[in-house]
Amino acid sequence: MTATRRAFLGLGVAATAAALRPGRSLAQGAAPRVVVIGGGFAGASCARALRQAAPRVAVTLVEPNPTFTACPFSNAVVAGLRELPAQRFTYERVAADGVAIARALATGVDPTARSVALADGARLPYDRLVLAPGIDIRWGALPGYDEAASAEMPHAWRAGEQTLLLRRQLEAMPDGGLVVISAPANPFRCPPGPYERASLIAHYLKTRKPRSKLIILDAKDAFSKQRLFQAAWAELYPGLLEWVPLSKGGNVTAVDPRTRTLVTDFGRHQAQVANVIPPQKAGRIAEAAGVADRTGWCPIDPATFESKLQPGIHVIGDAAIAGAMPKSAFAANSQAKTCAAAVARLLAGEVPSSPKLINTCYSLVAPDYGISVAGVYQPSGGQLVDVPGSGGVSPADAPRATRAAEAALAEAWFRTITGEVFG
Amino acid sequence: MVGRAALAAAIGIASIAAAAVASAERPAGAASCSGCHPASARVTSPVPRLAGLDRAMIARAMQDFRSGQRPATVMDRIAKGFTDDEIQALAAWFGAQK
Repeated sequence: MTATRRAFLGLGVAATAAALRPGRSLAQGAAPRVVVIGGGFAGASCARALRQAAPRVAVTLVEPNPTFTACPFSNAVVAGLRELPAQRFTYERVAADGVAIARALATGVDPTARSVALADGARLPYDRLVLAPGIDIRWGALPGYDEAASAEMPHAWRAGEQTLLLRRQLEAMPDGGLVVISAPANPFRCPPGPYERASLIAHYLKTRKPRSKLIILDAKDAFSKQRLFQAAWAELYPGLLEWVPLSKGGNVTAVDPRTRTLVTDFGRHQAQVANVIPPQKAGRIAEAAGVADRTGWCPIDPATFESKLQPGIHVIGDAAIAGAMPKSAFAANSQAKTCAAAVARLLAGEVPSSPKLINTCYSLVAPDYGISVAGVYQPSGGQLVDVPGSGGVSPADAPRATRAAEAALAEAWFRTITGEVFG
Repeated sequence: MVGRAALAAAIGIASIAAAAVASAERPAGAASCSGCHPASARVTSPVPRLAGLDRAMIARAMQDFRSGQRPATVMDRIAKGFTDDEIQALAAWFGAQK
């Protein structure tokens, strides 16, 4: 390429960048600044991937917690099959990749000034912002279920103390007790999660407290990997685990934490242990940044994960409305790397390429019994859709050796993904 | 002088853009593979690392997973989401890595 042509191309890029970001041009030589809010599977992955894709970009990860506690496999902690420290990860390796860690809570975003406000009053300017805030509970959406109620009826849908609380309640329950799980309407974090949890709690009850019973009260008539779960329940936990769908009165309309009672249109269930998996929304910074719509979740461009509501802000992971992609850790990690590549190109004045994304999600029905769902996704009509003919769940007629293999692959997946994100 | 500074800045931008293009050649789908196939040699897994595997072997494996000729747990379902061209691009990408 001749110097003239090079200069011409370069000026074009610089002019575009200047036009997009008035007052601050890449031509001035300043390193582009990206702020990532949220240090989970999505945010930590994105911060590291950005440093790798574009070493010149200054990346700051905003995360108040010194450690991350992973949700995948936390159902095994609930059921006493695993300890919580195995779920905890630090940000040392993230920082070693050159990511600046701001250990603070992000309290606000000014999309016009392009800055993030932290709880300590500091402001972080950005050229592009990535939000990976995960979920928040919609406190009060289920009458009777507020933050205080979660101390009696744990949700355990963000891993940590809540996970241990639910486990302690199960351990303290006498044999012959009733455990009730309420599962929310779509969408919510980890679609197969309530049913994996029910399975592993049923395994605990079967092996330790066999006269007990577990009921799932569901706000839906269908759920992820349903036929596989139900076939496994009939085989492994007959008479122990009962699923009550919406059409049979499963929708929980109110709870009373004082008596651990769940109310449905059809009756009342007084539980010894009540696990309320409540309605959810994008983590609260999404609302503050103006990227959440009336559903509480964040509409995004399927190729770049840039918000459809606020230019310059990208949303990845559970908070995003990602079409056919479920809210899973694998999806979050996949989206994070796709978003990082898009952000790197946008900062360089390039057009992002059209991606394909994959999700793979394992569930344990018993310690040696795993099932999976997988999917491949691509942008189409402004949304992420399934690539026709791809994806699906484990075969219904697979032998037990395959179930055992998938249980082992589930653990290998957890080691691999946490190794990539935090290791 | 002004023109010269602008030219220097522009060349700087051009080289950044070129670097971005070079690093963005990763083919569609490749970013997701390391969710299960470890990118790092530090992680132990029954799922093989892809970096540096023989290009023809990767392409053949994907095609056989897609057609159902090769038994799989999840790779049959995933391979069905990729065209021949995409499989070749993925194989070339991972085959060229160390």
